[in-house]
Amino acid sequence: MSAPDAPDTPMLVVDGLDVTFQVGSERIRAVRGVSFTLARGECLAIVGESGSGKSVTARTLIGLTGGRSTVSARQLSFDGEDLTALTGPQWQAIRGRRIGLVLQDALVSLDPLRTVGAEVAEPLRIHRIVNRAEVGERVMSKLADVGVPDPQWRARQYPHQLSGGLRQRALIASAIAAGPELLLADEPTTALDVTVAAQVLNLLRQLKHGGMSLLLISHDLAVMAGLADRIAVMYSGLIVEQGPAERVLGNPRHPYTRALLAAVPAMHAKGTWLSVSVPDQPPAGPGGCPYAARCRLADQRCRDELPTPAKIEATHDALCWHPVAEPAETPERLSIAQAPEPAAPGDILIEVEGVSKRFRSPDGTWHEAVRDVSFQLRVGEALGVVGESGSGKTTVARIVLGLLEPDEGTVRFAGQPWNAAKDRKAMADGTRAANRSGRRIRERDRRRHRRRIQAIYQDPLGSFDPRYTVERIVGEAVIDIRRGRDRRARVVELLDQVGLPANLLRRRPLELSGGQRQRVAIARALAPSPDVIVCDEPVSALDVSIQAQILDLLTVLQRDLGVALLFISHDLGVIHHVSDRLLVMKDGRVVETGDLSQVFSQPVHAYTQKLLAAIPRPDKTDEPVHRASVRWERAGNLCATPSGPQVPTSPPGSDIGNLITRSSNVMRN
Amino acid sequence: MTLSRDPGNHLRPPLFGGRTLTRRRTPVRGRALLRSAAKRFAAGATVMLGSATLAFTALQLVPGDPVAVLLGPTTSASPQVRAQIRTEYGFDRPVPVRFAHYLGDLVRGDLGTSYQLQQPVTKLINDQLWPTVQLVAAAVALAVVIAVVSAMTTAGRRPSLRAAATVWELVALSTPPFWLGIMLLTVFSFRLRIFPVAGAQSVSSLVLPAVTLALSVAGVLAQVLREGLEAALAQPFVVTARARGLSRTAVRVRHAFRHAAAPVLTLTGWLTGTLLGGAVLIETVFARPGIGSLTLQAVTSRDLPVVMGVVLLSAFAVVLIFTVVDLLHLAIDPRLRTAAAAI
Repeated sequence: MSAPDAPDTPMLVVDGLDVTFQVGSERIRAVRGVSFTLARGECLAIVGESGSGKSVTARTLIGLTGGRSTVSARQLSFDGEDLTALTGPQWQAIRGRRIGLVLQDALVSLDPLRTVGAEVAEPLRIHRIVNRAEVGERVMSKLADVGVPDPQWRARQYPHQLSGGLRQRALIASAIAAGPELLLADEPTTALDVTVAAQVLNLLRQLKHGGMSLLLISHDLAVMAGLADRIAVMYSGLIVEQGPAERVLGNPRHPYTRALLAAVPAMHAKGTWLSVSVPDQPPAGPGGCPYAARCRLADQRCRDELPTPAKIEATHDALCWHPVAEPAETPERLSIAQAPEPAAPGDILIEVEGVSKRFRSPDGTWHEAVRDVSFQLRVGEALGVVGESGSGKTTVARIVLGLLEPDEGTVRFAGQPWNAAKDRKAMADGTRAANRSGRRIRERDRRRHRRRIQAIYQDPLGSFDPRYTVERIVGEAVIDIRRGRDRRARVVELLDQVGLPANLLRRRPLELSGGQRQRVAIARALAPSPDVIVCDEPVSALDVSIQAQILDLLTVLQRDLGVALLFISHDLGVIHHVSDRLLVMKDGRVVETGDLSQVFSQPVHAYTQKLLAAIPRPDKTDEPVHRASVRWERAGNLCATPSGPQVPTSPPGSDIGNLITRSSNVMRN
Repeated sequence: MTLSRDPGNHLRPPLFGGRTLTRRRTPVRGRALLRSAAKRFAAGATVMLGSATLAFTALQLVPGDPVAVLLGPTTSASPQVRAQIRTEYGFDRPVPVRFAHYLGDLVRGDLGTSYQLQQPVTKLINDQLWPTVQLVAAAVALAVVIAVVSAMTTAGRRPSLRAAATVWELVALSTPPFWLGIMLLTVFSFRLRIFPVAGAQSVSSLVLPAVTLALSVAGVLAQVLREGLEAALAQPFVVTARARGLSRTAVRVRHAFRHAAAPVLTLTGWLTGTLLGGAVLIETVFARPGIGSLTLQAVTSRDLPVVMGVVLLSAFAVVLIFTVVDLLHLAIDPRLRTAAAAI
């Protein structure tokens, strides 16, 4: 506390941080030799995929890595105070008071049994910031500070009664209530809708301008582009690249950073590969670069020896033996093909006409989830449905799947009635003919066609029986093959189609990674050779690099197998990458529809414009997010932005054979 | 309650202290609670009517002449006397009329007269009920205290500490209560002479039976509570709370405990119901009066009005306990309130 407070002394110094966890008899090194500093009012962003050690690094700074961990560092100091030497009570005095923490998803990160006001008041009470009589008043002002409207009313509500954005604001209010100088934000916008996430990012930016230091943790490079001064990229417990944000984003030197940047689906990436494919590599030795197995530039030296930091500039390092600027010899992103124009517009596969559905809310009022929605899905077409949570996307999906009966309207599948509201008028007439036509469509009539329409969901784990093996999960959907051995062969074939090796057959869902689970879900959906797959947020729970692989896989499958996709997502970038046509939903209505390029370049509805403006992207800018993105949208409808990475133009002659070689490569990796 | 009507008022007493918990209730929430209380009351009344009907039906289906039962196997009476008794007790009237009378008596709080003891059933039950209620209440309170201490101090702590707690709980819940009761009597009453051997006259006579009943219950409750605590401590909000500067103990007391309490509450309600009926064994060991011994006598001597009274009493106790448990659930978990208001 009494350390000299020179203005240029960094507030936070982390040097050679190691964190190991004891799991059973095994020791896992979660963080290896991580070093960085953070000055007052500065924002450092740590990016990496799940398991890269970024959250553990943040937890170390607040002393909450848990009992099974060992933390060691050459230096770990906050404002001149040695954090490694702190006792329990000393930590408690720092937590909340001088260093705050914000996690993702306030629904579970705030105590769901306590009012928002009580949660914001807690740090004030613990650290005795104000006397008892003033706590209520201070809570109101903190809630107002983070932009919660009507704080008097909101403070008495519980987290589940607030919208996602308000909840997250309340969580931030509780983290900053005691006035900490450093805020650790661990995936603060991950569970939020785009427009809401943009608002939360703006709030964090305001806090930073107010002089607070920010350590931002995210798996998504795009999120931090407008906010971070410096970016550290973590992979497998190591910081592989660190530097000023515009340098790391504009001139990435580590192959992993480049792969991460390329994995963000953006306008210019349409029709190209998001994921990086690597030819089969021998495994890296224990002392080698952990990224070697996924790196296209890896050589024997990479596999044997951990790289030393290569100085690109004074403040820009990359932990790589080959910190080249542009991998000229092998472009990261290849074109699949010249986006083969969907031949002639196919026949109509699904026709949704005037569908409405309402539900009873918990408070007894009726909530119109879907209002008068109509659209058509043609054979082999990819139709994107975009909208924020609560816009009715999932309800539409369930009606299309015939899992939910609409209150009004009809759904026709391949020309046949598929799902419809009960025609009460015809029923009331009572005549036999009317009765027959007005009869609701029963599941028994649908069952015969069920195999033609399949679904994949956001959380495949929840759609698998946890006790089933992969073979049984996929085999269950192979309906036309009865013999065990043939069936297994078909399952292996399906797994190969989604890029999974046959040795996963005996695994159970819990033993698979998130990406593997989603691939199994896709294999299961493909098993009965469907005409259409309804994808409900299939990538929103995945890391950017895994998301890229799944999106590539879905794109290839759609083109190769001619499966139509009804692709639902809240992420316009994802939708843009996959779909041919787009449907924008808001409050249960379709507010805009049209061809992809048309909607993206000339959005008509104000809401579509707002959605487009809210997309965060990995372009360094200090402007508020919305203005920056408007510029982006204007600057490059379907081409690269000036500051963005250069896009290789698609070779005009790339043929299908090329595509297939390429696709099987991706899948094998 | 009036505070929330003027949301513009910034200067007002603290609203977020533990002591002012009730003041935070908004009128809307209070109404939801009241409404669900009313619904539960109606449901309870329905259950009571159902049990009364079932008890009455069972009585009609019991074989044999009620007058013979009433008189006992040894008494011989002339047909005139029998007819007189029949008229006096109303056995000659048609079943629906008797049912209506029976219900009317019930509403007035009249459970009839015991065949054997010739006393009003309400008085009999009243005399015997309170010792049992005292015993069960003391035992449950003690069990909850023991369980909370055992679980709160050991949940999520060192494996050795946890293992030790689990072992004592397993021993406690698998010890037969009557054996434990005899052991406690031998040590504390006969050898050390600290507590009386029998009876229900003083508070000190309550100690040994209550401890006997409480230990096994405490073992079960502690295990459930620890499991709940450990699940709650694994939640993200615990990290948030710790990051605010809360100590481990404070997180347990202020956050995790409330989350872990719900299943324990349900189990406690269920166990209380079981104990009210099951205390008879311990009451016998300690020679205490109680509803259990009254029931036993009534069943063996076919004293049907008493049996029916006890049946209704049990139904009432269960309804009462679970109404209280449900309302406590609503108080603990605000998420249930919105759901309850919608039903």
